[in-house]
Amino acid sequence: MKAAVIVFPGSNCDRDLAVAFERAGANVSMVWHKDTHLPDDIDIVGIPGGFSFGDYLRCGAIAANSPICRSVVKHAEKGGYVLGICNGFQVLTETGLLPGALMRNANLKFICKQVGLRVATADSAFTTGYAKGQEITVPVAHHDGNYNAEPDLLARLQSEDRIAFTYTDNPNGSVADIAGVLSENRRVLGMMPHPERAVDESHGGTDGSAMFRGLVDQLATA
Amino acid sequence: MKARVHVMLKNGVLDPQGEAVRHALGSLGFDGVEGVRQGKVIELDLADGTSEDTVKDMCEKLLANTVIESYTIELN
Repeated sequence: MKAAVIVFPGSNCDRDLAVAFERAGANVSMVWHKDTHLPDDIDIVGIPGGFSFGDYLRCGAIAANSPICRSVVKHAEKGGYVLGICNGFQVLTETGLLPGALMRNANLKFICKQVGLRVATADSAFTTGYAKGQEITVPVAHHDGNYNAEPDLLARLQSEDRIAFTYTDNPNGSVADIAGVLSENRRVLGMMPHPERAVDESHGGTDGSAMFRGLVDQLATA
Repeated sequence: MKARVHVMLKNGVLDPQGEAVRHALGSLGFDGVEGVRQGKVIELDLADGTSEDTVKDMCEKLLANTVIESYTIELN
């Protein structure tokens, strides 16, 4: 399974994400934001956490308009997989690959702590390694993770089973406790918590590993 | 020519920063501040003859996130 991890100026979880993919058995290429093309035969693109372009204008807005993101959008439109974590989730909403928007946390604070997540659907390559309803512990570290969706969109996400994870104790004011959402074809996932920071005992937990193992299993046999 | 773009959260979208400013004004003794909305102003230096439609295009593509924000354009 071949993964590409995009690196923007200000990304700071790019290497963690690469290590998480590699440990699960993926072959990883790092791709600079000014590149115009993804490497050939990429199965999944990882958009990492961090503060791309210093969060100027809006979190993820400048990154979403970088040259490589045009290729990422094409990759997704052809049915390719994309995983956006934290700032990566913000980039995905800014590109329009995922609906809704991420706003300033309701309590206005930067929140950096372990949180409980509930796996809301196991029906995706990202969550197939978990059981629906399973509770896992993964860290969050963000200032703008307050997921906003209009009532119509929320109803659609719920009826189409596209909410991947919810918070067990909502830290940021997200509507319906949403921590991660899937695209219509279930191949693009954006989430604020960091599964790549929970893949080693020294991280304080390994609940994120099942996502990467599940992806490698699913995409290697695809 | 110059354009000034005002970007605001849409009505109905809760603005936690505006709320914090409202509370701070209250604690300074300014009574009767019933609402505060915080937005941003972006000033553009443009080539003469740039059309309002072009600026609108800039807003739609980058300057505003129209999922949660609205914008107005002043040309002068």
